[in-house]
Amino acid sequence: MLTVVLTPFAAALAAPFLVARLGERAVFLFALVPAGLFLWALANLGEAFPGRIEATPWVPGLSASLSFALDGLSALFTLLITGIGTLVVLYAGGYLHGHPQLGRFFAILFAFMGAMLGVVLSDNILALFVFWELTSLTSYLLVGFESGKAAARRAALQALLITGTGGLCLLAGLILLAEAGGSWELSDIALAQSWLQDSPLYTPALILILLGCFTKSAQFPFHSWLPGAMAAPTPVSAYLHSATMVKAGVYLLARLEPALGGSELWLYSLGIIGAITMLLGAVFALLETDLKLVLAWTTVSALGTLVFLLAPSQEPSVTAAMAFLLVHALYKGALFMVAGNIDHEAGTRDLTKLSGLMRAMPVTFAAAALASVSMAGLPAGLGWVAKEMIGTAKVADNIGLTLTAATVANAMLFAVAAIAGISPYFGAKSDAAAKAHEAPWTMLAGPVVLGGLGLIFGMVPQLAADRLIAPAASAVLGTKATLEITLFKAFDWKFMLTLATFAAGAMLFIAWRRYGAAWRERADPILARGPDRGYDHVLAGLAALAGWQTRIIQSGRLHRYVAASFVVIAVMVIASAFRGRFALAGLTDTGRVIEWAVIALTAAAAIVTAAATTRLLAVTALGMVGLGVAMLFMLFSAPDLAITQFMVETLVVVILALILIRLPGFRLSADGDGPRWLNLGIAGVMGTLVSLLLLGVLAEPFDMRLAEWFAAQSVPEGLGRNVVNVILVDFRALDTLGEITVVAAAAMGALAVMMRAARKPDGGRGPDGGRAPDGGEGKGR
Amino acid sequence: MEPALAILVGILVAVAVWLMLSRNFVRLLLGFAMLGNGVNLSIFVAGRLSREAPPLVVEGEVVLGAAAANALPQALVLTAIVIGFGLLSFALVLAWKAHERLGTVRTDEMRVAEPERTP
Amino acid sequence: MNSLILRAATRALAPLLLMLALFLLWRGHNEPGGGFIAGLVAASAAALQGIAFGPVAARRMLVLPPIAVAGLGLALALLSIVPSAFAGLPAMEALWAKIDLGGGAYVPLGTPLLFDIGVFLVVLGSVVALVAALEHQPH
Repeated sequence: MLTVVLTPFAAALAAPFLVARLGERAVFLFALVPAGLFLWALANLGEAFPGRIEATPWVPGLSASLSFALDGLSALFTLLITGIGTLVVLYAGGYLHGHPQLGRFFAILFAFMGAMLGVVLSDNILALFVFWELTSLTSYLLVGFESGKAAARRAALQALLITGTGGLCLLAGLILLAEAGGSWELSDIALAQSWLQDSPLYTPALILILLGCFTKSAQFPFHSWLPGAMAAPTPVSAYLHSATMVKAGVYLLARLEPALGGSELWLYSLGIIGAITMLLGAVFALLETDLKLVLAWTTVSALGTLVFLLAPSQEPSVTAAMAFLLVHALYKGALFMVAGNIDHEAGTRDLTKLSGLMRAMPVTFAAAALASVSMAGLPAGLGWVAKEMIGTAKVADNIGLTLTAATVANAMLFAVAAIAGISPYFGAKSDAAAKAHEAPWTMLAGPVVLGGLGLIFGMVPQLAADRLIAPAASAVLGTKATLEITLFKAFDWKFMLTLATFAAGAMLFIAWRRYGAAWRERADPILARGPDRGYDHVLAGLAALAGWQTRIIQSGRLHRYVAASFVVIAVMVIASAFRGRFALAGLTDTGRVIEWAVIALTAAAAIVTAAATTRLLAVTALGMVGLGVAMLFMLFSAPDLAITQFMVETLVVVILALILIRLPGFRLSADGDGPRWLNLGIAGVMGTLVSLLLLGVLAEPFDMRLAEWFAAQSVPEGLGRNVVNVILVDFRALDTLGEITVVAAAAMGALAVMMRAARKPDGGRGPDGGRAPDGGEGKGR
Repeated sequence: MEPALAILVGILVAVAVWLMLSRNFVRLLLGFAMLGNGVNLSIFVAGRLSREAPPLVVEGEVVLGAAAANALPQALVLTAIVIGFGLLSFALVLAWKAHERLGTVRTDEMRVAEPERTP
Repeated sequence: MNSLILRAATRALAPLLLMLALFLLWRGHNEPGGGFIAGLVAASAAALQGIAFGPVAARRMLVLPPIAVAGLGLALALLSIVPSAFAGLPAMEALWAKIDLGGGAYVPLGTPLLFDIGVFLVVLGSVVALVAALEHQPH
């Protein structure tokens, strides 16, 4: 399965080159990739229950393994991702015909496909999260694909910020989940329900995970990014923002239902948020005139319905959710592509300007009609079956209020199906319709196949039920679900209710034709205050906060940064090291006179350096400190260190002298260094802390294992008697390699800074002219 | 002798911090050099001291004598000394350049990157 | 600096320091010394040359530009990793060859020595470059 997930990523890498080499013919090659994966998923459908797990160790030390699981739920999603993916790739080839950045588009699209497959196939929580974030990132790139347009950039950023924030919550929630469940594998966590739900971590984990899922699946009040994302090219809208990515949240909810579902918190949060989203999406769909936006809002509504259906954790509603998931992906994918066709061929998506298209675009109309039948829930479409099951589920759960909500939403969606799927094709020919003509076959294949599938499954619903819906529901429920579908049961009150829904929907459609414009006028001021505006306020507030804290923290004064760094270090050391009992080492030997003398001399030289007011004295005293340290190395058996320190100290004095000779005369006093007592205080605290820490360390028994290992292995392994040198050039050679690289980099940087001066002897002015001289000191800051 | 050296390290660090808190870039660099000395010495001391027993295996023997000094901190400190020198030199070049361009060694007067009154 | 004594002393000292550096480099694996120390000693010879005769003389002593010397050193250090890869050993695992001098005496030559020479060149080149940068006077 790793190969399956990696294949689209490989295609993403290859896509730009193939487009450059083959031009638009490459699209047909591209379509083979998801088509092949689709066949793989079909061939593996049989293993969907109880599922199959494959694991590849990745970072075993961090419990991250690339383990993948294929069960009914992931199989259903895989089929949708690859199947609709194939059609979308073909469709995009036609839709983006002649676009200069076709290679980039397919690269991102394939990366998304791989990420999405990763999400639905991962069994490891960390892997799932990585793929989850990848879908957000690729979605960002696809929404902002027309990066020249400000609206596209804004929409892309909004989608990224909302789903990204949700992603952070999700990460925290998943970590808590793994902590509480005791495993990083979803398959293990699914079995842990009983004690997981008693864990104190259950509530915070659930809330955080819900935030992640709700943002991803555009639930109220995080829904505003989804209509905005319609700035993306239509193939992207059809693929990401209706059929696949927005369902990732629903997928994860379904996936975690066995572990997290069944509690009151789960029931009510999913039920209420889902119901609000369902109604809100349906209402807003009626208030839009842009065909794509109408569809986007119905997608919001459908996502609400799915979340709502997952709330009760019962077999009827879960089965209904899976059925609706399939139906929605089919008809919404088709309708989006149809909307793209109309936009592409008639030049507008404005519903008020679209009528009488049937003559010009008969195939598109046929596909749209098929999809609308499904969407409206009319008999002969798979939607009918799904609506039936939803009704059954509602009755079974006996929630009167939610049944009403679902019925109202259904009636509205019936009207929207007529608005979006039927009305553009009838009536008098509009100006747009007059110049429209049928789309190329690549752009017809998608809607026709998807609409046709809806019809086939509507005729033989048992096929979809046995092969797709029941296995998926089984995976969610954890027990084998079976599904008997009868197209017509009886003239009971439920059937009457369905008929009433249709009638209400039809009346709503007629009312929309007459009063739609008036509704929109009324609604506009209310819409302007929606969450989309709230998003703007939050962003502006964030920017203001960042500006304020930057002014405080980033004062641009080096001495404040230095002081702040030392204070923070001191606080952290005090907070972490000095807890509980703290033993200090005492003197165990009297030492030699020369040792005491060198120590005293070094300390004195240090203090002289601090107090020196002339350059010469300061440099000399600093050199004395260095020499003192070198002598200490010598006295305590470190000849290599002593020589190194001695050489370095000599060179330091040389270069300090070289520099200071050239700097103009100034006094090195501490005058003008700010509050003297504060600086002295910080310095004193730091010095005391280091001494105390070191004394504490010395009081601990010393672990000789490493020292002894090097002592024993130096000659036999390293063929050298100087253990220090053997460590440097053999045992720890990689470290040394890094260190000499740093030294070389410092030299190169210094040379570069100096060279720049050599090129611009006039002192160089920056691009901003005379405001301030542009320093050549850009490095190392 | 380790505790006595621990006190010396404290003195070196205190002086280094005091120098680094200065608004004079040259003093800051002096402090930087001194801090390197203090830190190197602290690593050396933490690895324990021994006298007149450098970590050299006697010719003909295979294993280092038990009394010999701990080689690992010495190896760590050796590279640290050289890197510290590289950094100090780089900082000096920077200081010299800054002085040449801006005509000052006071850090509170170096405001090209972050001028007053802009966030 | 215009000092006759310094120049005379440098003429004698610089070659001596260089030889000392090579000696320290060679014996570093067994006695105090090694690439770091040898590099610093050689660099101080160059610095001395620079102070006595000017930066040009110091650079001439190195034959190549100092940064190139440092780069060469890094390349040598990296190169010393390669043989173990061909021998199928873990990266940076030392390889030794004993060159027989006859009569039981031999000279051990191994990748760590190559690595140490790399360290030597990096330190030498970098330090000379740094000192040269500081000596450099644009005006």
